[in-house]
Amino acid sequence: MPETKSFEIIEHTADTGIRAYGRSREQLLENAARGLFSIITDLGLVEEREVRRVEVSAPDDEALAVEWLSELLFLHETESMLFAGFKVTEKGENEIEGELRGEPYDPGRHLLLAEVKAVTYHMLEVSRRGDAWEATIVFDV
Amino acid sequence: MRVPGRIFASEELIEKADREKALEQVRNVACLPGIEVASMAMPDIHWGYGFAIGGVAAFNTGEGVISPGGVGYDIACGVRLLRSDISVDEAGSRVPELVHELSRSIPAGVGRGGELRLDDRELDRLMTRGAAWAVEQGYGWPEDLEVIEDGGRFGGADPERVSPRARKRGFSQPGSLGAGNHFIEVQQVDQVFDTAAASTFGVEEGQLCIMLHSGSRGLGHQVCSEYVRVMDRVAHREGIRLPDRQLACAPIGSREGQEYFAAMACAVNFARANRQVMAHLARQACERIFGTAAERLGLDVVYDVSHNIAKFEDHEVDGTKKRLCVHRKGATRSFPPGHEEVPARYRGVGQPVIVPGDMGTASYLLKGTETAMAASFGSTCHGAGRVMGRRAAKRRIRGNELRSRLEEQGITVRAGSAASLAEEAPEAYKDIDVVVEVCHRAGLSEKVARLRPLGVIKG
Repeated sequence: MPETKSFEIIEHTADTGIRAYGRSREQLLENAARGLFSIITDLGLVEEREVRRVEVSAPDDEALAVEWLSELLFLHETESMLFAGFKVTEKGENEIEGELRGEPYDPGRHLLLAEVKAVTYHMLEVSRRGDAWEATIVFDV
Repeated sequence: MRVPGRIFASEELIEKADREKALEQVRNVACLPGIEVASMAMPDIHWGYGFAIGGVAAFNTGEGVISPGGVGYDIACGVRLLRSDISVDEAGSRVPELVHELSRSIPAGVGRGGELRLDDRELDRLMTRGAAWAVEQGYGWPEDLEVIEDGGRFGGADPERVSPRARKRGFSQPGSLGAGNHFIEVQQVDQVFDTAAASTFGVEEGQLCIMLHSGSRGLGHQVCSEYVRVMDRVAHREGIRLPDRQLACAPIGSREGQEYFAAMACAVNFARANRQVMAHLARQACERIFGTAAERLGLDVVYDVSHNIAKFEDHEVDGTKKRLCVHRKGATRSFPPGHEEVPARYRGVGQPVIVPGDMGTASYLLKGTETAMAASFGSTCHGAGRVMGRRAAKRRIRGNELRSRLEEQGITVRAGSAASLAEEAPEAYKDIDVVVEVCHRAGLSEKVARLRPLGVIKG
């Protein structure tokens, strides 16, 4: 059953993407975030010692997914943060609040697997059938 | 489609290009408003996001558009070649020492910034003046600027258009290599095809050269991300139908179009300053290894050219000269002899084109042509072009085995990790010799020299 899977990595010649699943839009975005950080690092080595909060809004579901992940990428790059825990709460129609748990990158304990440059709009898709949400997102790696 | 697609390739290359997907992308770009002549692709074409990588598209300044996705996230990613008076044979065992010294001197890898920390005012100056800023700060020589595209300083930059977030990503990164396909290589000129042009470029067989491949780092990525978002809305507002949202664009004359260009120009200058600082660090590394001043080692810049960029250029369309906004995403400018934008000292020969190859094969120095002006808006290939995804490469190739194989070929390797090395394995790319040959035969560029890697530093 696809619903039991939280995300999978998809291949693209130049880049890497994810297909994320969820039973709600919140869960979909949480799983997509986990997918992104699984490309960046080995999530099993990240301790959830620090909390960050972000607020994101966008004109539609697809753009919201891009904005959300771009926000995480920004914190990753400017504060060297690695996140492993994600909690998304809807604030409005296309507005969410995210609680992120993780810790700063420590070269002694963490692996950096890839430099994700950006979250793209290429092949971007967020769809919903009943309570089964699915998103396809491609990164520039 | 408003114009046809025009793809330069051999049968063999196009088969390797994810044919259907790449062709679809060429077709999508052909649908954008104001596109002139054709949606083009160079022989190293492969499936990208939005625009194919290896794509060239020129838009008129009337109804034409400018698209951040048509430039790419790594704005002004490009290549710089340093020549020297050092013969590889004479250097002997000092070559691996140099590779080691370079890897110690130039920050590389995921999340690694440089030694410089700039405040806002200084970053503004860097984004306005590009490599000229770096030279003013003591990184490199004034004459370097003569052989950098646009004299090292790209016009039209407005730092006001670069957001605090893009700045935050850029502050700590001037003078750092980054990761992915970026590299520093110590190379040997192993073949000269055009002795006269090579001599004009200061290149001869057996000589040691250093090649840098890097871009505008996080600052450029952020500028692109933000303007894709802006233009996503503009395209909607203007009723521009997009087959792929990543093609988001705005009319060149619109406020958003102008603002993107001004921000992109800042990132272009950032990339040029970045390579200028790294070239300076590379010269210092050579000085330490060879115990001689860089000037006496003849470590001159041959050229510095970007392969992800949008530029306003004059081109002839149906016998009339037109001002066009030429997007090159994974394509290199290839201007002919006599063109005023070719550095004075090379004007009799044509613009140097630097094409980085994969780490196990070769890179090339080419020269620009009249044919390219007529056929491809003065453009040629930018590299080998990927044929294998990064994860597929990591699955199939073991980084440590690759390292031993390269060392057996006499190539010293310094990489951030075995995995990052595997991603960039030679078999993940098309054959650079074939790509360059196809460009040569199509007349988009002419071969001047082939450079073989002796040492590779990957992020």
